[in-house]
Formats: sequence, C-alpha cells, structure tokens
Amino acid sequence: MAQRTSVQRPSGGGQGKICQFKLVLLGESAVGKSSLVLRFVKGQFHEYQESTIGAAFLTQTVCLDDTTVKFEIWDTAGQERYHSLAPMYYRGAQAAIVVYDITNQDTFGRAKTWVKELQRQASPNIVIALAGNKADLANKRMVEYEEAQTYAEENSLLFMETSAKTAMNVNDIFLAIAKKLPKSDNSATGSQREGMTLRPSDPTPGPAGCCK
Amino acid sequence: MDEEYDCIVLGTGLKECIISGMLSVSGKKVLHMDRNKYYGGESASITPLEDLFTKFNLPSPEETYGRTRDWNVDLIPKFLMANGQLVKLLIHTGVTRYLEFKSIEGSYVYKGNKISKVPADEKEALTSDLMGMFEKRRFKNFLVFAQDYKDDDPSTWKAIPGFDPKTTTMSAVFAHYNLDKHTIDFTGHALALYRDDDYLAKPAGDTLKRIKLYSDSLARYGKSPYLYPLYGLGELPQGFARLSAIYGGTYMLDKPIDEIVLEGGKVVGVRSGNETAKCKQVYCDPSYVPERVEKVGQVVRAICLMDHPISNTKDALSTQIIIPQKQVNRNSDIYVSLVSYTHQVAAKGWFIAMVSTTVETDNPEAEIGPGLTLLGPIKQKFVTVSPIYKPLNDGVENQIFISESYDATSHFETTCLDVLSIYRRGTGEDFDFSKVKHNLGDEDM
Ligand SMILES: Cc1cc2nc3c(=O)[nH]c(=O)nc-3n(C[C@H](O)[C@H](O)[C@H](O)COP(=O)(O)OP(=O)(O)OC[C@H]3O[C@@H](n4cnc5c(N)ncnc54)[C@H](O)[C@@H]3O)c2cc1C
Ligand SMILES: Nc1nc2c(ncn2[C@@H]2O[C@H](COP(=O)(O)OP(=O)(O)OP(=O)(O)O)[C@@H](O)[C@H]2O)c(=O)[nH]1
Ligand SMILES: [Mg+2]
Repeated sequence: MAQRTSVQRPSGGGQGKICQFKLVLLGESAVGKSSLVLRFVKGQFHEYQESTIGAAFLTQTVCLDDTTVKFEIWDTAGQERYHSLAPMYYRGAQAAIVVYDITNQDTFGRAKTWVKELQRQASPNIVIALAGNKADLANKRMVEYEEAQTYAEENSLLFMETSAKTAMNVNDIFLAIAKKLPKSDNSATGSQREGMTLRPSDPTPGPAGCCK
Repeated sequence: MDEEYDCIVLGTGLKECIISGMLSVSGKKVLHMDRNKYYGGESASITPLEDLFTKFNLPSPEETYGRTRDWNVDLIPKFLMANGQLVKLLIHTGVTRYLEFKSIEGSYVYKGNKISKVPADEKEALTSDLMGMFEKRRFKNFLVFAQDYKDDDPSTWKAIPGFDPKTTTMSAVFAHYNLDKHTIDFTGHALALYRDDDYLAKPAGDTLKRIKLYSDSLARYGKSPYLYPLYGLGELPQGFARLSAIYGGTYMLDKPIDEIVLEGGKVVGVRSGNETAKCKQVYCDPSYVPERVEKVGQVVRAICLMDHPISNTKDALSTQIIIPQKQVNRNSDIYVSLVSYTHQVAAKGWFIAMVSTTVETDNPEAEIGPGLTLLGPIKQKFVTVSPIYKPLNDGVENQIFISESYDATSHFETTCLDVLSIYRRGTGEDFDFSKVKHNLGDEDM
C-alpha cells in the first residue's frame, strides 16, 4: 500500500516514547464506521461489509517523529443500530471519530447529536473528529462540504471527508487525531488509567488451587 | 423486530446481561430488549444526580452537590469478592477489559457500639482490638487451621482429632479452639458472610471454605477482599451487553413489552405494540412477568449522600461495615457500604453510603437505624423497601426462565449462582467457558 507510509504495525524495537489512546467510532448504522477501521488497520475494503459483530477492538499504530501513537479502536458492535449504545462504550475515550454518510442528510443530524453527547458526557479534553464518509459517491451528495466544515469549526472538531472505498483521507484523519492528542509523559503509560484491570490470578494461585 | 430469534431476553439488569452474553457466545441468535431507555434495570447506576432526586419525587439538587453528571448512584449496593464467581466470569469472558476497578479500602465489623477492622489473617488478628490477648492467640490458631484446610486432604484436618468434614459441626470447630461468642460472631458474619447462625449446627466444610475465600480474596488485591468498578455497578451489565453484541446479539432499548405470547403452554414470541418477534425461549427479570413470580421477602435500603467519610475508618474513601444480627438483637445482619468520588460515582469531595438489611418488622426504616447512626451527618437520604421475587417454577415447561430479584447480600456470589442455574435450565448444559474466543478482539475482526 503506497499511501500507508506513515502507518506501521508495531515494529518491536521502539525508539522514542509510546502513547496509547482509546478511540471510539460513533455514527448512524451503515455510515461506514467499520469500513473506515478496516481500511485503516488492514488496508482493505468490502463492498458488502457485514454489520459489525465479532470484534471487541482493534489496535493500530501511527508514528509521529519521535512518538509512537497506539490506537485502541473500539467499534460499536452494532449496538447503535436501534439507538441502544451503552455509555460505557465512549467512557474514558481520548479520541472519537463521529462519522456520517455524505449521501444521507439524516446521518449528519445524528452525527451532531453524537457530538453533543460527547461534549456533555465524555472526558473534557477528548479529541473529536468529524468524518464525512463515502466521499467517492459525490454524485449522490446530500451534505455540502461547507455546511459540515462550518459546523466543525464552530465546535472545534477536526474535519475531513473520507472514503473507506478509495482510502481517501482515511490515514490522514487518524494521523490528524494522533497529532492533536496530548502526549505528555503520564499518558505514555497508556490511557490515564486510575483503577486496575482484573487479570487471571495475579498474585494468588490459579484455579488449580495449589497452595501458597 | 418482526424476525425469528432463538432467545429473547427482557430487561438489561446484570443477570439478564450476563445470560444474554453467554447465550450469544454459545451461538444462539439473541434479541435483548428493555422497556427503559437506559441499560441496567434495577442494577443501573443513576446519572445525572437530578434523575435520582426526580425518582424520589424531590426537587433538583442544590449547587453544593457539584456537577450532577459526575454522579453515578447505584440503587443496589454490592461489592465484588476479588476471588469470587463474578470476577471469574468477567475474566473468562474478557469483559474485564472494558472495566476498571478499585479495591475497597477497609472492611469493618460492629461490636459493642463501635466498629473495628475485620482481621483476616494471623498478623491482623494479633493487632485487632476486637479481642483480648489470649483470645487473639486462640483466633490465630483457628485461622491457621482454616487457611490450610482442604476438603479432600485429611492431612489438613489433623489439628482437630476426629475431624470429619461431613459430620463435624462448625460449633464443634469453634469449641475446639475455645473461641468466645464475639469472635464466633464476627467470624461467621464478617468473614464467612452468613446472614444468620444456622451454619453453626451444620458440617464445618462450607464455612471453612468461605473463610478461605475471604482471605484468598484479600490476598489478591490487598486492603480488603472487595472490589468496586469505576463509574458504578451499572458498568457491569453494560460490559456483558457489549459481549453479547460482539457475538451478534441485537439490542433494543426503550421498547415497551406488551405480551409474552404462548402457544400450547410454550413461549413462541414477544409482542411490542403491533410487532411480534418469534422465539423459542424467553429469559427475563421478575418485573416483566408479575403473574409468574411470588414475593418471598423484602429488603430495605437507604442511599445516603454525605460530604465526609465514616468516623473511625481512618477516613477511608470506601468501606464496608457489617453489623452482626446479635449485636443489635436482630435475625439478619445490617450492611453498610461506602463509595465516593474516587470511584467516579460522586462529585469531588462527596460520598455515597448505603445501609441495607432484610426487613423483619413493619417499620423497615427503623431497622437500619444502627447503621445510619454510624454514618454521622447525612445531607440527603433516599429510602426504598423492595420486594424480593422468586419464579414460581423452573421455566423448563413453558421455556420462560425468570431470574430472582437481587437479594440483600452485598456481594455477587448469589447473583452468579442464579445466572449459572438459569443457563443450565435453559440450555440443558453448563456454560462452556472455552467457547469464548481467547484473544477476544485484538487484531481479529
Ligand atoms: C458487605 C456485605 C453486605 C451484606 N449485606 C447483606 C444484606 O444486606 N442482607 C443480607 O441478608 N445479607 C447480607 N450480606 C451477607 C452475605 O452476603 C450472605 O450471608 C451471603 O451471601 C451468604 O448468603 P446465604 O446465607 O444465602 O448463603 P448461601 O445461599 O448458602 O450461599 C450462596 C452461595 O454463595 C457462596 N458464598 C456465600 N458467601 C460467600 C462469600 N463470602 N464469598 C464467596 N462465596 C460466598 C456460597 O458458597 C454459596 O455457594 C452481606 C455481606 C457482606 C459482606
Ligand atoms: N461507496 C462507499 N461505500 C462505503 C464506504 N464506507 C462504507 N461503505 C459501505 O457502506 C456499508 C456499511 O458500512 P459499515 O462499515 O458496515 O458501516 P457501519 O457504520 O460500521 O455499520 P454498523 O456496524 O451497522 O453500525 C457497507 O456496504 C460498506 O461497503 C465508502 O467510503 N464508500
Ligand atoms: Mg460496523
């Protein structure tokens, strides 16, 4: 993939620091959330992308000068379809891509609702990007570029029109987010985790129950 | 929704969400609906704070409560045992990766009008102010026995001549170590977590295992054997719902449920308005089937908002206090739990205490009095008395599987047992944890 120059799989030997961020995708069903992730992470596109099942999240790494930014990308698992997405999904996210379909005005309205929801509920310094997807279908356009751009400026959002199909602006939007994210030293250990994550039997013996 | 499913799950309380996740993971086509527009049902955490006030018909909270969105108030108080069933389920299903936890800082027990830290190992026992010097020694010996004890290894029983796990009663074990009645009281109620004293006359094996679970849980994360998720217990059902969705489960909130349709005594579908979804089985909480459950008791719970920690707990930001029944002349224990802003459930500087017990009289609020007294000044109190329902039958005949209401216990062990039992009745087999893909998610879409 020629245009994937700045997007690399983790190379093992890390120079500089590594920052990890949780990024969530939001938007009406079928706007292309999963397709954008698939394009970004695997460089693929499926004309008949199934509605999302089977993945908790994917990871992909972006290199910026001396910093490696590792995205933990969460997809909605289809829960958005009947407006039943759990707030837990975007809790703790440091970045969000709110996606709409440029050929469908309703999805733009829904995207605005999501931006409001994030501004109210998510962490205060979350980086939000607005993606007008399916830009390859310009002949069916229903949402004008200028309209979306004005809205994005008013709300301090990053904005790009993208196409998961042609790969236009896909890497770029992730890269723009990576640049805007704060990469202070305390975020370098990962998300600003406060609590602990449970793991299979840390200090104590495993289920086999051997003695101490 | 006019489609055909294997199973329809009604209500997004913790039990229903765990069941939904297990069914989806096992390859069943699941439709999961809730009449509310939020996840969690009875086990939701209420946010923002004004929603809690509205729920209790009170005017909006004053400004002193800070940002109302910073509040996530549980309706039912519970903690997770670090080595308990729910933690096992969370780890095996991978749901733990969506959640973060904090350890509860202290576990206390009430004795003679004051509270003391629950000693859970020999070292703590020796510094505890619950016992005199000689009693401490005896208790330490007992704990060593309990911690080494294994059901299937007679060499660990030797300390007590003639011990047989099937016949030796717990009172005989206490008698062997010469423990006094106060020590027995906190051991039975604050370590083994019994709600009454029936266990004393029963074979000792079960009690010894519970004590071991307590100290193993303690060994796991330190300060206390209890864990609590950041942002409140309402995160737990959401986590399992996501698991279900990831495995293909369909979610619809804000969906009125008008009828569970039966044919020939078996469930065939669920109707909402003029849509009917077909199915072979229904799983639900008691509120969806009032005519198929019976009331077996009541729990009283007081949610208390405070701007200070509880006295004599070393200003812990989270605590649990057990008031054993006998200390206050009751038949069931009173439980006090405290969480705070450090768990992202309250605005900066605020605490949420919860006092609960099984109702024994017709003045339930008076019954939790001893617990409320321990708290000190309370800014706002919300009291509920909730019925506990059990299903009238096991559901095998009509294929409607109903969970039990959340009981007064303040951990999740009984919750998990109910879930595993419902799964077994519904599918005819035990849940196979190996069905969950191991590397759930990462790099495989
Ligand atoms: C903080 C706290 C608050 C509590 N609040 C209440 C309350 O408000 N009202 C009330 O009535 N009781 C309360 N309890 C008591 C306690 O939860 C019960 O005694 C316990 O659940 C046992 O229930 P049971 O007697 O029904 O036992 P069973 O029905 O015999 O036990 C059910 C199952 O749970 C398992 N189990 C029981 N206790 C534990 C444990 N500690 N760890 C792991 N597994 C266990 C048992 O092995 C058994 O398999 C509280 C306990 C604690 C620690
Ligand atoms: N032409 C074109 N089609 C696209 C583009 N992105 C996605 N699609 C198509 O749009 C459909 C929906 O894409 P998905 O990626 O599944 O959408 P989603 O937002 O993840 O949908 P849910 O998982 O149901 O919420 C699929 O048929 C894709 O092939 C794009 O940029 N251009
Ligand atoms: Mg998708």
